Amino acid sequence: MADLYTQIVNAPVANTLATTVGLPVPTPLERHSPGDPVLDGRALVGAAPGGRLGGPTVTVLAGAGVPAATESTEELRRAAADAGLDAALWNADAPSGDKFKALVFDASGITTTEKLAELHRFFHAAIRTVGRCGRVVVLGTPPADTSSPGEHTAQRALEGFTRSLGKEMRGGGTVQLVYVEQGAEGQLDSTLRFLLSPKSAYVSGQVVRIGQAGEPPTIDWDQPLEGKVALVTGASRGIGAAIAEVLARDGAHVVGLDIPALGDDLRTVTSELGGSALEVDVTDPDAPRTIADHLAAEHGGVDVVVHNAGVTRDKTIAGMDEGRWRQVIDINLSSQERIDNQLLAAETLNDGARIVTVSSMSGIAGNNGQTNYATSKAGVIGMVDSMAPVFATAGATINAVAPGFIETQMTAAMPVPVREAGRRMSSLSQGGLPVDVAEAIAWFASPASTGLNGNTVRVCGQNLLGA
Amino acid sequence: MNSGRNVAVLGGNRIPFARSNGVYSNASNQDMLSAALDGLVDRYSLQGERLGEVVAGAVLKHSRDFNLTRETVLGSRLAPETPAYDIGQACGTGLQAAIAVANKIALGQVDSGVAGGADTTSDAPIAVNDELREVLLELNRTKSNVDRLKLVAKLRPGQIVPEIPRNEEPRTGKSMGGHTAVTAKEWGIAREDQDELAAASHRNLAGAYDRGFYDDLMTPYLGLERDQNLRADSTVEKLAKLKPVFGGEGGTMTAGNSTPLSDGASTVLLGTDEWAAEHGLDVLAHFRDAETAAVDYVHGGEGLLLAPAYAVPRLLDRQGLTLQDFDLYEIHEAFAAQVLATLKAWEDPVFCKERLGRDEPLGSIERSKLNVNGGSLAAAHPFAATGGRIVASLAKALHERGGGRGLISICAAGGQGVVAILEKEGN
Repeated sequence: MADLYTQIVNAPVANTLATTVGLPVPTPLERHSPGDPVLDGRALVGAAPGGRLGGPTVTVLAGAGVPAATESTEELRRAAADAGLDAALWNADAPSGDKFKALVFDASGITTTEKLAELHRFFHAAIRTVGRCGRVVVLGTPPADTSSPGEHTAQRALEGFTRSLGKEMRGGGTVQLVYVEQGAEGQLDSTLRFLLSPKSAYVSGQVVRIGQAGEPPTIDWDQPLEGKVALVTGASRGIGAAIAEVLARDGAHVVGLDIPALGDDLRTVTSELGGSALEVDVTDPDAPRTIADHLAAEHGGVDVVVHNAGVTRDKTIAGMDEGRWRQVIDINLSSQERIDNQLLAAETLNDGARIVTVSSMSGIAGNNGQTNYATSKAGVIGMVDSMAPVFATAGATINAVAPGFIETQMTAAMPVPVREAGRRMSSLSQGGLPVDVAEAIAWFASPASTGLNGNTVRVCGQNLLGA
Repeated sequence: MNSGRNVAVLGGNRIPFARSNGVYSNASNQDMLSAALDGLVDRYSLQGERLGEVVAGAVLKHSRDFNLTRETVLGSRLAPETPAYDIGQACGTGLQAAIAVANKIALGQVDSGVAGGADTTSDAPIAVNDELREVLLELNRTKSNVDRLKLVAKLRPGQIVPEIPRNEEPRTGKSMGGHTAVTAKEWGIAREDQDELAAASHRNLAGAYDRGFYDDLMTPYLGLERDQNLRADSTVEKLAKLKPVFGGEGGTMTAGNSTPLSDGASTVLLGTDEWAAEHGLDVLAHFRDAETAAVDYVHGGEGLLLAPAYAVPRLLDRQGLTLQDFDLYEIHEAFAAQVLATLKAWEDPVFCKERLGRDEPLGSIERSKLNVNGGSLAAAHPFAATGGRIVASLAKALHERGGGRGLISICAAGGQGVVAILEKEGN
């Protein structure tokens, strides 16, 4: 549901008025409903010559049933033919005039800064073909994974392009950069599907890194978590309840966790989803063992762990007592470390387990009155960085989402000017919804996301803060 | 044709092609076809000769020309005992006529024949509209003068408006250029590439004239000695200045890279090797095989002029050849975009897999082997006369180079494509 301002400025008369006086006119974002196609329209695939990711992209599109057109490179056309994708041809020098819902550009062939002109060649002609709530994904090679200084520089340059293009998009469109390591070309599926679909409605201007990993399992894309057990902390309301709902939609048995004081709310959520409730205070010293024992005894282990529980206790540092500091750091960060360590030690994590934790825009940009909160949320990013190799050895992954302005009870209680500023100061000119955070978490949680480990992706509509 | 007798292409003759409403404005199809045939008879000393048959046609045809080819033969110096008939397959008429003659020769039904075609867009048939036609036919059937007067009194000014033949597909109402503009967009055919092909066509035709290639393939007519459409000084730069005429905004097709309406006629002499020897004629090349394809451009989503893209692979498969096994390619340039889309289709793994059911694309051709003596963009394209022009000039070109294999590809209205292979045994 769009916020009030978005509803008003999208009404006919007010829309003209808002456009005339230069007010932002946020586009109501399309969101996913069960049974929807990955992409409600056609995708156009372009490539810089010599790239290695165009073919895998075409294969993913064919598998996802996305109708597509491609540029006329040998790699793209061969891949389309091999995948049985009856893709139309598209030429930047003589564009067909067709409209596209998504553009995917393989920039991995850009090995020198001169070749960055390929970005201009393709997007100069293609960007106008993109319709409402369009998607742009640029694929590249992680700079550290390149074979020459020139290639490193050129690949790093892609980030400036995608972040700027994100700001130029109109009509609710999003732009992402996906760095794919050499040898990780087969890991694109879950990420491309997510970034092309309305599930990534509020994700824009992000950089995703896909690394080498084992062959992704074959899954039912409508029920990727079928037969999986997912623990969601802070599941009784807000974003946590939305996460529980989306993971259950994807087929998981959700074990919702919250403090006993919120037990009623928690059970309301979990019973509706056919899940189970676990009343635990994560700061309790026994909590890690209690959780691990419960998961092992009741479910034989856990496949997905979502560390969502979090609090704010805002004060400027001068006025903040130690209790406020300790409580925020402990709930938002230290308890997660303790739980993860226990799950690792007790071998409660099933094969291919997914840890997804919730950071925050404040942890990236900092925020007045939130030294404690921002410290904890920046620490979450540090934890993802430090633990990714540890989880990798256990056959698991850890990633984080960093929500920006999400419409919740917390933001509804904000003073109007602060709330309005929070909403409009992003490329999408609106707040996100809890489901947007939940969809990103479900993407990381998918068994197919084998190549995602150590990522922190913002769900912020490309907010200006910290970007 | 594999199992039949060898069919030799022995020569050809045409008149220079004129632009519509130009020097041939007052020449009829029969006048032009007669001029081309008489030139052929003169060149190969066929006066009084009874040939196996003469097959020709015209796309835009008057009703009085119901027996155009036979009438032409009767007016020629061939023996009046030479049988003749008309055929029609739009722009494929000329080549289909050659196939018809070649097939009879291969089967042993005839030993020699002439294939040809003529078309005029200047002396075009204009019909009375259907309402007037009904009144006139009724008038013809009516016996009494009173009834006739009553009928005439029914005539209204609107019924006098004539029906002029239009260059459009009856089932889509879209012009051929309009159809091809869609194909050009679908295949991403760039303006520059089209202009380059057009410039090459003019360059090659001018070069062929300059070295006398057409001296024994042509009879001057009504003061015209070279094709009127030829712009020997045409360049990509000059062509780039022309405004698009098809495809609306962002269109890439201009008067320069599309064939103009034109008038002309052509003939080709075919026979067995023995017949040639008896008449002291050189075998220029052999007519090896041919194939015709059609596509569903109405509902099937295929391009109107892309049928040759289907016909050629079928022909190649039957002959056990690849697209690269040719020394010369003659692809009729209805529009530069049509040629380029066809070539791109053969190079495209997706088209070859999805539409042709082939695991590997046919691949690309060497452009230096394409339409080396000029194509329709330079020579122009009097519809039924194009096949004869191409068969005769390709046969001569193969003969000149002392051997080789040539591919002919002609697209036609109605979503059809006629293709053929000529071969010259030798080194």
